Formats: sequence, structure tokens, C-alpha cells
Amino acid sequence: MSASTALHIDWTRCRGRGMCTELLTGLGRDEWGYPLVAGGGSDLPIRTHDVEAADDAVALCPVLALSIRPARPTR
Amino acid sequence: MSSTSTPDLARATLGVPRLLTGHGPGYGEHLRALGPLPQRAGLVDEIARSGLTGRGGAAFPTSTKLAAMAPRGVVIGNGSEGEPLSAKDELLLHNRPHLVIDGLLATAHALAARRLHLVVGAASEEPVRRALRERGDADAIEVTVAPDRFVGGEASAVVDLLATGRGLPKDHAVRLTTRGLRGRSTLVQNVETLAHIGLIARVGGERWGAVGVPEDRGTRLFSISGDVAHPGVIEAPGGSSLRSLIAPSSPQPVSAVLVGGYHGAWVGRDALERTVGASSKHGAIPAGAGILVVLGDRSCGLRTAAEIAAYLAAESAGQCGPCVNGLPALADLVSRVADGDRDPRLPAQVERMAGLVEGRGACHHPDGTAKMVRSALVAFADDVAAHQHGFCRAAR
Amino acid sequence: MTEAFWALGRASGVVLLLLMTVSMLLGLLTRSGRPLVRLPRFGVLLAHRNIALLSVVFLGVHVVSLLLDPYAQLKLIDVVVPFGAARAPIAVGLGAVALDLMLAVAITALLRRRLGHRVFRVVHWAAYVLWPIALLHGVTAGSDGRSLPFLALSAFTATAVGAAVVWRMTDHFVEYRRIRTEPAR
Ligand code: SF4
Ligand code: SF4
Repeated sequence: MSASTALHIDWTRCRGRGMCTELLTGLGRDEWGYPLVAGGGSDLPIRTHDVEAADDAVALCPVLALSIRPARPTR
Repeated sequence: MSSTSTPDLARATLGVPRLLTGHGPGYGEHLRALGPLPQRAGLVDEIARSGLTGRGGAAFPTSTKLAAMAPRGVVIGNGSEGEPLSAKDELLLHNRPHLVIDGLLATAHALAARRLHLVVGAASEEPVRRALRERGDADAIEVTVAPDRFVGGEASAVVDLLATGRGLPKDHAVRLTTRGLRGRSTLVQNVETLAHIGLIARVGGERWGAVGVPEDRGTRLFSISGDVAHPGVIEAPGGSSLRSLIAPSSPQPVSAVLVGGYHGAWVGRDALERTVGASSKHGAIPAGAGILVVLGDRSCGLRTAAEIAAYLAAESAGQCGPCVNGLPALADLVSRVADGDRDPRLPAQVERMAGLVEGRGACHHPDGTAKMVRSALVAFADDVAAHQHGFCRAAR
Repeated sequence: MTEAFWALGRASGVVLLLLMTVSMLLGLLTRSGRPLVRLPRFGVLLAHRNIALLSVVFLGVHVVSLLLDPYAQLKLIDVVVPFGAARAPIAVGLGAVALDLMLAVAITALLRRRLGHRVFRVVHWAAYVLWPIALLHGVTAGSDGRSLPFLALSAFTATAVGAAVVWRMTDHFVEYRRIRTEPAR
């Protein structure tokens, strides 16, 4: 995965409204409705064909829980 | 570098113990033992030379963090110690407050920091304030009492405490050293780390690091509890084996040890000869914040793990959906294993739930909880099998 | 010609009521986190946003046409500052209140990322106040406000919004509400 950016979920904001999970195929939902990154964790690497969908998700998340970050393990 | 050291200073700073020396907490005694804090140029380089790693749990190389700081930033000494079984920070703040203060002042000076904070548990407030009053050079240090909450010791929670008074972990888009308290470059450093810096400022990194092993230099404090005759805090050089660390506390026959605290990992008695170090490199068991919980062979490790998991679930800061929902579910599954629920799918469900919470929170609380639970399933694999067959080895 | 402005003002008012009602319903559906039959969640959100923005456009048409209508005797200041109009100050004033609230809701929604979620959320709550005030304005200020067709339309929209608000307050409203614990915050 050579993605240079990632879609980051701020869990303190996310209320599992499932908007982003419809827009990005790499996101599922867990049993409580919160987005589930295929590889686990809080960052979904954005592949080239997902760039637009990721931007849309950031713009549409009703609680501003999403952001685009450089793809790196942040902590 | 060594021109200021005298034989006395060498004894006071270079041996083991060097933090938990016998002398009292007063400034006079501190000065008699160590002399005044020298204004050492190049402290950041000295710390890099020492190989010092953070003693708060993450074991991050201190010099890397220092190098990321911008001038006019904030330095926060973190003695909030949210782990209920950790006692070392409080002990240090009671017995060697001036060494911690020295480390904070020296670090702030080396970084040209503008603001200095010391965040401490309620029990340490008085001794710290008294120590600050005793000396004339520490007026810039602002003392804040941290709420007694497990996740309150998280660096971002400490910054949030100072910013808003709440003390909740935050999701950080960038590192605190880039943008922390009120947007300033912020360094959060455990008080034990600062105490070591107080020593490095006097003798230099090389001599400080002469004790220990190359991959884990200097000394480290351990809080020891559980099935032992003498719980308490000890100081040991890097490279010490688990057996040698718990020996002074006179443990019962050991079945397992929880290394690193509630976010640590259980290891069985077969690991007693392994070293406890800064990281898992070179086969060491990561020390975390230096907590060792001994489990005697008459206790049920699964029961203990279930109780800790339940405690951790209750200590979720209640901000993140997967943590709020997942930790109670995880704790529930573990307690079913401990209770002897014979459903054969249980271990796999525990595993799955641990994977579901891991990495899905603003702080490491879910990760640490998952790690503790997973390690319990491995260390107590025999007990899991026994419980599945309807008996418990501890309940004889 | 002047008749035309009056007619336009009246027609745009009716359209506004419909748009604002649909916007309310879609907004509530967005908040519930549920899709609408074939329309996915983000589709519901986009529809809510676009219809809400369209109602701002119709609000503009409504105001301009009535400013140009000599019979309405409306001054620009009466449009924004409530209860000072020469004719029907209360009825017109309600419209001004609704307009102010609507602009606040629209502007904070558009600047959501800049202002932060808290401001957005608090101001967005004003929609629950703004919608009934706007309806009341329609009934009291409209020249056919108390005609049977308009009253029937009002009753219909009020029932729809009222039912949605009742749904909002039930346990079933938010998806997953019954199987998960909501974080505190
Ligand atoms: S759209 Fe936002 S609130 Fe909804 S699941 Fe995604 S991140 Fe969470
Ligand atoms: S992960 Fe859990 S403990 Fe950490 S901030 Fe989120 S809710 Fe709080």
C-alpha cells in the first residue's frame, strides 16, 4: 500500500452515522455502527481512485470527525 | 564535562540507587548531596548521549522528543500517575522533589521554553509546593493537581487538563511537540525522566549511562505489588531480570507477572529470567511505566485479568464509540472465561473483540486493554483449557 | 405589473413552506443516520443540504418580490428587524424572525468547518424554532393565509414535521441506538 495520505477518524467526534462507510469501500461498520477500517486502526490509506470519495466523506461527515492526513502511524 | 564532579557527587549520582537514595526531601540535603544545578550548555546532546528513554510508559527516546521542540514552548512534568498500582512518581515527588524540579528547570532552560508546568496527583501537591517554596529559582513552575483517573496520565489528557481543566485525551492531528498547549510546542515528560535529567545535567550523559546495558541505560523505578510480602518501589539498573526485580519483595511462588501495569502484558513464570527493558528489542519484556504485579500460584490469573479488564472498561473516558462499547463487551467475555463458562467459542470471541477495539480510540486505552487481555489468554492458556473443562487450578 | 410581484411573493411563500418542510424532514432523517429507501445516507444529507439552500434562494425571491409590491408597504428594514412594519407588524415581524434565523442556520452550516461543530450544532437547533415561526408567518401574513387550501397545506406539513419530531424523541430514532452506548461528550 503506497498511499501517501490517509483518512483519519477522530473517535472523540465520530458518532457512527455511517456516511463515510457508504462512500468508501475500505470502510465497513462494526456491530455498533462505527466505521471499521479494513486493516484495523483509525486511518484508512487512501488509494488514488478513492481520493474524491475521501474528500466527500470529509466534507459530509455530519460531526466533522474526518480529516485527511499524511499516511503514517501517528503515535 | 566532568570538571564539576566530586567524589561525593559521583557517589550520589552514579550508583544504584541514585533516585531512591536515603536522604530527606529538603533543599539543603539536596544541595549537600548534589550541589547546585549547573547551567549546562548542550544538555540536549548530553541526553542524547545518555540513551535515556521516557519512564512514563511509552519508552520513547527522550532526546528525539527534545529535538522536536521549538523554542518558546511549554514543558510539562507529568506526575499524574493514573495507574492505581504505580507508586513510583508519588514516591519520587515526596522524597526527591528537588531532583524532579532540577530536571524540569534544566530541560526548560535547554529548550528556551516559556512555560513550565508540574502536574501531580493530589497526594503529592503539598510536598511539591513546599519544595518549590524552598528554592528561589522555580517560581515559573505552575503546579496543577490531576484528577485521579486512569487515562488522565495520557500526554494529550494532561495538556487538555491544563487547557480546559477536564483532562480528557484528545485526538491529535499533529504531535504535541509541534502543536500542544494553546498551540505551542509542548513537551510532556514523566517526572522520573525529569529526575534522571537532573542527574545528567550534573554528570553528563556518558557517565549517567555507564550503569545498565547498552539497550537500556541508567536505572529505572519499579512499583511492585500483588502476591508479595513487601510491596513497594525499587530502583534497578537496566538489563535486570524479572526474577531479580521481584526478589526483594519476597514473592509467593510465582505463577505469572503482569509487567508494565494494567496496559502491560502477562508473562508466565518461564519468563522470570528475561530482562525487563525499555522496549521489546533484544528479547526484553517492555517495562512500560515500571509496574510489576506478581501473581502467586494460588491465585487465578484469569480472575485477576477479568477484574482488571472490568476496571479498565469502567475507566474509559467515555468519548470514543468503539472504546465505550467494546471495552465492556471485552471485559464481559473475559469474565465469562474466568467464571468457567464452558462455551468453546469464548476464547475466539475474546480474541475478536480485542481486535475490534485495538487502535480505535483517541488514546491508547483500548490498545492497552486489548494487549493485557490477549497476553492473559497466552500466559494462562492452561487455565483457559482448565476452565473450559469445568475446573480452576487456583480453586483447590 | 405590480400584481405580478404580489403573486410572485405569494407563490414563493407557498414553495418556501414546502421546501422548508422537506428540508426539515430530510434533516431529521440525516440525524437519525438512516438511509431513505433507495437513497443512501449521504444522498439524504446532500438532498437536505441542497433543498435547504434552495429554500434560501426562494426566501430571496419572496422578500424581493414583496419589497417591490407597493401594496405590501414593506421597507427593507422590516425584512430583517422584526415587529416594526407599518402594515401587520406582528405577522410581518414573524417573517423577519424566521428570516434572521434561517440566515444564521444557513451561514453557520456553510462555514461549519471553519466555525467548528459546536457552533454549527447549537445554531442548527434553531431550525426547530424557525420552522413553526415561518408557518405562523404564512398563516398570519399571507393574503390567503387563512384560506382553506393554505390551511389544509399548513396542517399537512405541520403533521409531517410534528410526527418526525416525535420520532426524533423515540428510542428507535438513531440507528443502532438500542444496541450501543453513546459516548458521553
Ligand atoms: S461519517 Fe463521520 S460520524 Fe459517520 S461514521 Fe463516518 S466518521 Fe463517524
Ligand atoms: S479511547 Fe477510550 S479512554 Fe481513550 S479517549 Fe477514547 S473513550 Fe477515552
